[in-house]
Amino acid sequence: MWDFLGDRYEQILFSGWQHFSLVVQCLILATVLAVVLAALVYRSKALTSVANSVSAIGLTIPAFALIGLLIAPLGFGVAPAVIVVAFFATLPILRNAVVGLSGIAPSIVESARGIGMSRFRTLVQVELPMAWPIILTGVRVSAQMVMGIAAVAAYSLGPGLGGFIFSGLSRSGGANSLESVLTGVIGVIVLALILDLLLVGLGRLTIPRGIRV
Amino acid sequence: MSETSATTTPTGITGASILLDHVTKRFPGQVKPAVDGLTMEIPAGKIVMFVGPSGCGKTTTLKMINRLIEPTEGRIVVDGDDVTEMNGDTLRRGIGYVIQAGGLFPHMTVATNIGIVPKMLGWDKARIAARVDELLELVSLDPALYRDRYPKELSGGQQQRVGVARALAADPPVLLMDEPFGAVDPITRLRLQDELLNIQDELQKTIVCVTHDFDEAVKLGDWIAIFNEGAQLEQYDTPERILGDPASEFVENFIGSGAGLKQLTLTRVEEVGLAEAVVGNPGERAADVLARVAEAGHGHAVIVDDRRRPIQWLSRRKLGRLDVISDVPDPKLPVVGIRATLNDALDTMLVSSAGAALVTGRRDMFKGVIDVQTVMDAITRSQTAAVLESDQAPVGLNTGMFQVQASAASAASAASVDSVAEAADELAADTRAAQ
Repeated sequence: MWDFLGDRYEQILFSGWQHFSLVVQCLILATVLAVVLAALVYRSKALTSVANSVSAIGLTIPAFALIGLLIAPLGFGVAPAVIVVAFFATLPILRNAVVGLSGIAPSIVESARGIGMSRFRTLVQVELPMAWPIILTGVRVSAQMVMGIAAVAAYSLGPGLGGFIFSGLSRSGGANSLESVLTGVIGVIVLALILDLLLVGLGRLTIPRGIRV
Repeated sequence: MSETSATTTPTGITGASILLDHVTKRFPGQVKPAVDGLTMEIPAGKIVMFVGPSGCGKTTTLKMINRLIEPTEGRIVVDGDDVTEMNGDTLRRGIGYVIQAGGLFPHMTVATNIGIVPKMLGWDKARIAARVDELLELVSLDPALYRDRYPKELSGGQQQRVGVARALAADPPVLLMDEPFGAVDPITRLRLQDELLNIQDELQKTIVCVTHDFDEAVKLGDWIAIFNEGAQLEQYDTPERILGDPASEFVENFIGSGAGLKQLTLTRVEEVGLAEAVVGNPGERAADVLARVAEAGHGHAVIVDDRRRPIQWLSRRKLGRLDVISDVPDPKLPVVGIRATLNDALDTMLVSSAGAALVTGRRDMFKGVIDVQTVMDAITRSQTAAVLESDQAPVGLNTGMFQVQASAASAASAASVDSVAEAADELAADTRAAQ
C-alpha cells in the first residue's frame, strides 16, 4: 500500500486537488442557482411545494444513470461531470433555502417593508441573511453528498479521485487493484472532512452573532 | 389642499397632520369592506389612539397611512400632500413604524438596526453614528453599552426601546405604532408608556397608535378613536370626553366599568391644589410643634429631615404624648410623587387609611398634602370641563353611514349632521375655517 502511494504521490495529489476543485466550483454554482430559485418560489405556496417535490424526487435519480444519459449528448469529459455534480448539489440547498426563507417571521418582513425597504432590498438585506445559516447547512449536506457523486462522475472521464476507484475495480484481483480503490475511497473521505471543516469556518465568518445558535 | 398644509403649526411641533379622505379597503374574497368610507383628520403633533375590538379594521386603517396596505378607494394626505400615488417605499422611509416587540432584525446590531433608514436615505457614516448615539440616549439606553449588542441580547423592553429609536432615526414627522407595548410585562409597559410621553413632550411628533388596551389609550392619547366593525368610528374625542360622555352604548361597553376611576388617571397630583401643612423637625420639642398645629387649626404635623424629606406624620394626640420629636422615619408614611396620577394618590390614601397623603417633589422633598376632598373636587371639575370643551375636535366620520354618524357628530361637537357631512366633502380645511 505504502509503495502504491509513494509511487503515485504526485498523481494522487493532483487528482485529489481536481476532485476538490470540481466539487467546490459546482457547490458555488449550485448555491447561487438554489438561492435564486428559492427566492423566485418561496412566496408562492404552490411553487414552494413544486420545488420541494423536485428536490425530493431529484435525489432519487441514481447519479450513475444520469451520467450515462448525459454522455450521449455531451460526450465524455468535464461537461457531464460538472452538470451531474451541480445538479445533485443544488437539490439539498434549494430545499433548505426554501425552508429558510419561508420560515422567517412575517412580522420581521413587515417591519422591513414598514420602514421603507423595497421588496428586493428586504430579500437581500433581511431575508437572505436570516436564512443563511439554514442555507449553509444545506451546502454542508450537499458537499458531503457530491464528494461521492464526483467520484462516480469519473466514469465519464471527468477529473478527480474517481479514476482510482474505477481503474481498481476494472482490474479486480490484479496487482494494486485494492490499493487503487482504497486510495480513491479514502481520498474522497479525507477531502469531504476537509471541505466540511472549511464550511464550518465559513459559517463562523459569515453568520452574525445575533442569529448564531 | 394648500389650505390644509398652511394650517398654523404652533412652534415646537415637528409632526405633520394626516388626513384620511373617504378611505375604503376591500380585501379580495370578503363581502364587507374592512374599512368602509372612513374620513378622519389626525392633527399634527398629537397622539391619536385607535382602539376597538379585534378585527374592527383599526390596524388596517393604520397600515393604510403608510400604504403597507393600499387603500381600495380614497386618498391619504400627509402634511397637505396627497401620498396615495407616490412610491410606497419612499413614503414609508419618511414615516416611523413600530410594531410589537420592535420588529428588530436579529442579524444586525442595535446600531445597524437604528441606522438602517438613514443609510437608505444616503447619510454618511459619521452622521449615522452620531444619530444612533443620540437616539439611544433619547430612549434611555447607554450607547456605549448597547450600540454593538444584538437584539437577542436585550430584554423585551429594551428591544421595544430600540424599535422606537429606529422609527425615529430619520426624524420623521409621523410615527405609526401597531400595538407597540403588547409583548412586554405590565411593569415594563407602564415605564415604556411614560417614556413615550416624555419623548413626545420633547419631539411633538404626530403619533398614531393602535392598541386594544383602553387604559393605555386613555393614558397616552390626546385623542382617542373608538372603532366598531368595518372601521366605523363610534367616537373620536378626548379621553376626558369619552369617559365623561360616551357617544353610544358600544363606547360605554368598550370603556367597561370604572369610567370614573379611569378619569383619575388623567389628572396628575401636580395639577390639583395641595393643602399646606405644619412642618416640624426632629429634635424640636413636641409641645412647640403642637402649639403651631393648634394655631393653624390643623390636625397633624409633618416632620421632615434636614433635606426636607418627610419622615413622620404626627397627629395632635401623638404630639401631646411626645416630649422631643425623634428622627426615626415612619416606614408606613403615605407618600406620593407630584407626577403621580390621582388614581395612584387615591390608592395610597386608601391603603394608609389616613384619608390624605403627603406629596413629594424632586429629590423626595415635601411639597404639601393631598386629601380625598381635593380628589373629589378634581373629578367634578374635569367632568364639567369635559362637557364644555371640544370645539377643536378633529373631523372623523364614515361616509354613507349616517345613523352612526349622527350620534358621533352630535357628541363630537355642537355641529349638525349636515355640517359634519359637508366637512367630510370639503375636507378639514373648511371645518377649520368655519371655526
